[in-house]
Amino acid sequence: MDSLAAWFKWLYEATGIKLTIFYDHYDRLRFFEGLGITLELSAVVLVLSLVFGVIVTWLCGSSKMWLRRSMGVYIELFRNTPPLVQIYFFYFAIGPLLPKFEGEPILGSLGWAIVALTLLETAFTAEILRAGVEAVPKATIEAAQALGYSRTQVLLRIIMPLALRVSMPALNNNLVNLVKTTTLGYAIAVPELLHASSQIWSEQVNVPEMMIVLLITYIAIVGLINQVMHWLEKSFELPGYGQ
Amino acid sequence: MSGHSSLPQKRPAAFAVMLPVRLPRSNLYLDRSGGGGLFIWQTGALLLAIFLGSVATAQVQATAAQASVLGVLLKWTPLLAQGFLYNLVISVVAMLLGTLAGVLLGLARVSVRAPVRGSAWLVVQFFRNAPWLVLLFFIMFLMPFEVTIGQHTIPLPAWLKSTIGLSLPVMANIAEIIRGAVRSIPSAQWEAARSLAFNRRQILWQIILPQCVKRMLPAWMNWYAILTMATTLASIVGVSEVITTVGYVMAAEARTDLLIPIYCYVLLWFFLYCYPIARYTRRLEARFAER
Repeated sequence: MDSLAAWFKWLYEATGIKLTIFYDHYDRLRFFEGLGITLELSAVVLVLSLVFGVIVTWLCGSSKMWLRRSMGVYIELFRNTPPLVQIYFFYFAIGPLLPKFEGEPILGSLGWAIVALTLLETAFTAEILRAGVEAVPKATIEAAQALGYSRTQVLLRIIMPLALRVSMPALNNNLVNLVKTTTLGYAIAVPELLHASSQIWSEQVNVPEMMIVLLITYIAIVGLINQVMHWLEKSFELPGYGQ
Repeated sequence: MSGHSSLPQKRPAAFAVMLPVRLPRSNLYLDRSGGGGLFIWQTGALLLAIFLGSVATAQVQATAAQASVLGVLLKWTPLLAQGFLYNLVISVVAMLLGTLAGVLLGLARVSVRAPVRGSAWLVVQFFRNAPWLVLLFFIMFLMPFEVTIGQHTIPLPAWLKSTIGLSLPVMANIAEIIRGAVRSIPSAQWEAARSLAFNRRQILWQIILPQCVKRMLPAWMNWYAILTMATTLASIVGVSEVITTVGYVMAAEARTDLLIPIYCYVLLWFFLYCYPIARYTRRLEARFAER
């Protein structure tokens, strides 16, 4: 580690390429904390949006017309308005309305980023799962109903296992989009990767170097996700289904 | 006896077929006609209701001395519209640039030369997987504010730079769409054209690409809607589009009760612009899928 730091220090002195995150302790800490928050934000929103996505999909199959309609309205609303404006709306417009706890707002910028991104991603996940559900043959659902499965049983035991497999590539895409969307946290000062990097480059005046590091980092994260999802897709594959 | 009591209380329905028929209460996921394109009026109405509700709430909170919330919004509407126009200009120009570059990149993706194909793949992967905002920062900070070609100095204003930044991810995605569309044309078409002595360029431009246009249209429109929503990112890098304008209005009015109405107002505009595009896209997709 020390030799790496020494090498990057030498690189700066020799060529002027200033990668402070490798030898300056404070910058390194900031950068990796930012990376951690980006990953944490992505993971939390991923889990929440999957859970809520399944719930919304379940409600979309409800027998009550108004429930189906309102879920449809929710999905369309969040899919067709700018994510940045949604985040601003929650943070600046809804945020101040919440009561404060010991002088501090209940939800900080990270909290609001989680709320806004979860609502956005749930809409996307539900839409993807709905398409997956539509790919399940009607006869399969009817057969399950004829065997006396209840509505919830049909959804959880027959439809979802098949729909999830069909939706896997789209969900992977969605996850990649989610990681990319976490950069919007920058706008409300969530100390995620982009925000941390912007602080580093405004203090150290090393914009080109940090930009390249930033791009490489995001592309590495996305590449890793693609690999893992590809492996997951392979291991969940059903012979003769969803190819 | 102990054997009996250890039996599970609730046995799995081994002969579920023998159970009395229980008709499903509804068409559980069986009604697929709705699709999701039914909701235009409801969604618009809901957004309008939220907007008017927030206006009313803000109105109740406002003191008598203050101007009415609706009046304030109407007063600023021309300025906001100007900002929104900025968004639309950015989206159209970025879409044009992205499409032009994307077509070329997409053709490079299906090139017969492996190095061309490989480097095009790399470019596509890079610009598809990098976050939009980071690409925007990249262009904003690393592109000069003017370029000098010979005698002429061409200024590059912020809006133009942000347009270029936004067109990069569009380019990469259009390239993927082009590739998918070219791949979806049956290879018999290539063979037939070749047997009629067309060369590769002629086959691509005269036979394959014209057929791709129709196949690409829904995806292309979808990307236009995504791009239009992404133009708000330009506010972060200091272009005076609609969200920046909202900031100006809030600074001028200095009234926190305006926050919810004004954001709802802007969300409504975007929705009214993007939703019809999304809806039309879906209808086109459904129509093309039937054939």
